[in-house]
Amino acid sequence: MSFRRRLSLLAAGLTLAWLGVAAADAQDNLLNVSYDPTRELYVDFNKAFAKKWQAETGHTLTVKQSHGGSGKQARSVIDGLDADVVTLALGYDIDAIADAGQLAKNWQSRLPNNSAPYTSTIVFLVRKGNPKAIKDWNDLVKPGVSVITPNPKTSGGARWNYLAAWAYALEKNGNDEAKAKEFVGQLFKNVPVLDSGARGSTVTFTQRELGDVLLAWENEAYLSLQEFGADKFEIVVPSLSILAEPPVAVVDAVVDRKGSRKVAEAYLQFLYTREGQEIAAKNFYRPRLPELATQYAGRFADVKLVTIDQTFGGWRPTQEKHFADGGVFDQIYQKGR
Amino acid sequence: MPANRSGVALSDPAWMRWLLIGTALAFLALFLLLPLVAVFAEALRRGFGAYWAALVEEDAVAAIKLTLIVAAIAVPANLVFGVAASWCVAKFDFRGKNLLITLIDLPFSVSPVISGLIYVLLFGLNGLMGPFLKAQGIQIIFAVPGLVLATIFVTFPFVARELIPLMQEQGSEEEEAALVLGASGWQTFWRVTLPNIKWGLLYGVLLCNARAMGEFGAVSVVSGHVRGYTNTMPLHVEILYNEYNFVAAFAVASVLAMLALVTLVAKTVLEWRFGAELAATRHK
Repeated sequence: MSFRRRLSLLAAGLTLAWLGVAAADAQDNLLNVSYDPTRELYVDFNKAFAKKWQAETGHTLTVKQSHGGSGKQARSVIDGLDADVVTLALGYDIDAIADAGQLAKNWQSRLPNNSAPYTSTIVFLVRKGNPKAIKDWNDLVKPGVSVITPNPKTSGGARWNYLAAWAYALEKNGNDEAKAKEFVGQLFKNVPVLDSGARGSTVTFTQRELGDVLLAWENEAYLSLQEFGADKFEIVVPSLSILAEPPVAVVDAVVDRKGSRKVAEAYLQFLYTREGQEIAAKNFYRPRLPELATQYAGRFADVKLVTIDQTFGGWRPTQEKHFADGGVFDQIYQKGR
Repeated sequence: MPANRSGVALSDPAWMRWLLIGTALAFLALFLLLPLVAVFAEALRRGFGAYWAALVEEDAVAAIKLTLIVAAIAVPANLVFGVAASWCVAKFDFRGKNLLITLIDLPFSVSPVISGLIYVLLFGLNGLMGPFLKAQGIQIIFAVPGLVLATIFVTFPFVARELIPLMQEQGSEEEEAALVLGASGWQTFWRVTLPNIKWGLLYGVLLCNARAMGEFGAVSVVSGHVRGYTNTMPLHVEILYNEYNFVAAFAVASVLAMLALVTLVAKTVLEWRFGAELAATRHK
């Protein structure tokens, strides 16, 4: 009997302890749902922000992180993953969350620079010595060249890859859409495997050693050089690429329910400060702040960049035309098989 | 018995026997032993210090704890369910029995990813019960309850599948005798049924536990992948691997491998120690 009583006391104690932990946890915490290659960036950034937040408010802050393919992450938030902030790979994925009614439709105008505090672009990562002599997009459609890119259906980076190739073909063929479609179709014939996120593709290329060239975020390519050494891979910058603007937003429905709007907004605004921008630049994202852009200019190749708004008329029509079910990507990828 | 030794089945030429044994061993080495060795080799590549550091790292500890919590809920739940279901199937006749057996088997035939999606469709914000649950402030998917539910679903059949044939073979005469002699239903269960099935039950629980800890697909769908909070060990391995943190990834993987080994050893010990008893209960 006394054993039983002791057992129930223990159980009660454990429950209390657990509740205590839960209560302490509930003070200041944020969930940042992000896309794949930002892991290292937000490890650094979260540390810096938590320090600042502590200094300003005296609260300890825990930032939880979730990473995955951008489209998949948006889907999780729509399905109820309690993200206070989303930091995704492209605007459309946040539009999709807005369409589900979880944040204001005008989210993109709530923060400076289209709500994209840092930018990036798409470059090529090739094996040391560039054995297939890949210099530009037209080298990717040659027979015998194996191209690694993730799946545009689930990955934001992959959609930027696809659109950069499309923009190149438009420019080379006097804006001929049919030619562009043929070019991108040819390119995807050279893709042996589609991972669901950018990081999966990087691992496929660098670890499993598949493919001759990886189409990658610039930051992801530099990170690979840093991780695996410059003696294994080289970065090739094509003649033209796309300005990738990975946007950030506060998820209204979540922060209003949790009462975390203040810290969530401060978190995103911190991305635009000098300190936040410096962390981004150190993690190979192109900073927006002019003085830092100049300071880190040597790090980033000077490449002609087209934008999604000018060349494609924004994300919504682009998503509809290229990546929706039965869209251009489906047509060329089915045909290519 | 010498007569058996010269039986037809054993009269194959020696080279044939060696070839078969050799093939089987080579196959085992290639597909089971080599990967296992590789996991430990990779995990210990930077020495034991790095290995240990990877295991006591905050998020790894959280993943290990979470996995244990999930298994600690899912396995007993399936134990109770498995015993109840196999009792019901083996000792009684009723209409729809075959349908029930088919339903119990369902998780074996459904892809784990689909199992996870079922819960997203049910409890997701756009699912059947999602909006209601959200209004009550209850979080099922992307939280521990979702992980537990998905794990229970996937490991549902293990105990029942192990017990049904055993209990069917044993029949219900002993229980009937106990009842006739005046035992209550509860006494019959504790004193007659349970002792008869205990080894089979233990075996089923072991398998159930191994799968509960190792499950990836279904929990991946409902987890939300929040680092340190909703990542079970298999999910944490994937995250670490994707972060180029190979030593840590394989270190956590080695813990999973060790769990598997412990399960295997426990199962072997059970069979070795209680093999006779096990066989006896089967043929009562």
